[in-house]
Amino acid sequence: MTTMGLVQNPAPPAPLAPARARRTRVRRVVAALPIVVFGLYVVAAIIGPLFIDYSPVGGELDDRLLPPGSVLSDGGTALFGTDALGRDLFGQVVYGARTSVFIGTLVVLISALVGLAVGTVAGYRGGTTDLVASRVIDVLLAFPGILLAIVIAGVFDRSLAIVVIALSVTNWIGFARLSRSMAMSLRERDWVKSATVMGVRRRRIIARHILPFIAGPTFALATTEFAGAILAEASLSFLGLGLPSASVSWGQTIAAGKEYLASAWWISAIPGIALALLVICVGFTGDRLTRYFGRRR
Amino acid sequence: MLPQLIRRLGLMIFTVWGAVSLTFVILRLAPGDQATVQLGPDATAADVSALREELGLNRPMLVQYLDYLGSALTGDFGESYRFRDSATTVILDRFPATVLLAGTATVVALTIGLLLGILAGRAPGKLADRAISGITLVMQAIPSFWSGIMLILLMALTLRLLPSAGSGDLQHLVLPAVTLAIPFTALVARITRSSVAEVTAEPYIMTARSKGLPERLVLSRHALRNSVIPVVAIVSLHIGTLMGGAVIVEQVFAWEGVGSLLVGAVGNRDYAIVQGTTVLLAIVVVTMNLLADVLNARLDPRIRAGVAS
Repeated sequence: MTTMGLVQNPAPPAPLAPARARRTRVRRVVAALPIVVFGLYVVAAIIGPLFIDYSPVGGELDDRLLPPGSVLSDGGTALFGTDALGRDLFGQVVYGARTSVFIGTLVVLISALVGLAVGTVAGYRGGTTDLVASRVIDVLLAFPGILLAIVIAGVFDRSLAIVVIALSVTNWIGFARLSRSMAMSLRERDWVKSATVMGVRRRRIIARHILPFIAGPTFALATTEFAGAILAEASLSFLGLGLPSASVSWGQTIAAGKEYLASAWWISAIPGIALALLVICVGFTGDRLTRYFGRRR
Repeated sequence: MLPQLIRRLGLMIFTVWGAVSLTFVILRLAPGDQATVQLGPDATAADVSALREELGLNRPMLVQYLDYLGSALTGDFGESYRFRDSATTVILDRFPATVLLAGTATVVALTIGLLLGILAGRAPGKLADRAISGITLVMQAIPSFWSGIMLILLMALTLRLLPSAGSGDLQHLVLPAVTLAIPFTALVARITRSSVAEVTAEPYIMTARSKGLPERLVLSRHALRNSVIPVVAIVSLHIGTLMGGAVIVEQVFAWEGVGSLLVGAVGNRDYAIVQGTTVLLAIVVVTMNLLADVLNARLDPRIRAGVAS
């Protein structure tokens, strides 16, 4: 892979043989699949609730625990079955997608902004600023994974804001470390030195000569962290520490289905598949972006 | 190495102090102090203020903080109101179960992950590599609370091979350990893969191959030794992720470790337990990171000599 990037082929590429061309086309379609699926989730999250009527308090008790594909008492079909209160699981999956995408986006936006600001300034200025930032990051990294989020989400009253804060408290670290290390090496580059010598203000150097180079890798990282934030939100909801119970979240549905595992496996299984598929597609996209920006750097 | 080690020890102590302090701040910011939470909504104002007095909650914040810090230094986190016992005793009682779970998962993940990583990395781009890369991506994407439930559905409810929850004998350990090991195995495999792929492209591997050394020896004697170094370094950075995963897995399988203890304590606002568990887990993470550094220095002479940072 590296040789492909290094050795430039001087001759224009010869037209591919039909069989190879077909294979390339197939490969291209397969490679685009994760992005398409991810896009479908986003569309479902945005406009799905407009078309699908779902209420967390509604649900016919006659329709309890129906397997996927059953006909409901009101004549509709429950594509993914129903839960213990007779609520449609398909609706829960669509509304859950909205929760996941919304919280994931918010967390990544906040984390990226905070991380980028702290990391760039710390890496560029160095000295005491860098020391303080590094020590704060060290302390936060000592809390294992989701632990800090569990404690914060657990002791405060349940709300959207608390969930977003709890997840962002550790999520920004990745962005800070990336932009810090990049700013540290960019600081030594000739164009930054020239700008410094010419008396360009520090703030302007960061904005014009450093940030543009960090933007690409940060975008790639944001994709990966988005997947992480969605997983973490679902974990909190699963533990009963996420959003208030009136809202719909995959983690909550999976937790609720655990009690009915022996009789109605689909309640836990289907939202989990929806969650895993989304994370896989986002992960694939993130990996490709990371590789793309890694090669250019 | 020694001055480096002393510096690392100092940093470690600082980090633990930071974790202890941050926990204190979060719990003091939370609505409702231990007295109101403990007595419930029906308590009279007099009762609450009496308990506040008893717990020392009406002293100035700084005094409370210093007192807490001093007690934490001696391993005392106060009394758990749910267990009516010293929080430290309750936590240390549960700790071996978590160590057993996380330790087993680590051994499983390292064994299978290294194997998969070597298989994939020795021939990058080949079928084995692509298959393993795909599988590990899926393994990392599956939330562990869900894979745990699905394993219960398959192994406990459908096949009736293993118990679905609880702790005790070896049978109870299998499902939680496997669940916890799944994402960690994938992580080890992915790092090993890229490390082995990088090392096998080195000239000395070509030398070893062209002098006619069997592939098995090329891998075990030349490639593996050097590829393990970044694996140790990166895996040690994810020990926190493993411990965090243990918290959730314990909850799924009702495994009686510190993780399920913490989640219960957070729900009940049993602050003594929350503080103690958080600090204990932070110490575990920081200590394991230090041990990994020492191990890495043992493996790589360049680090010992201070050549590579």
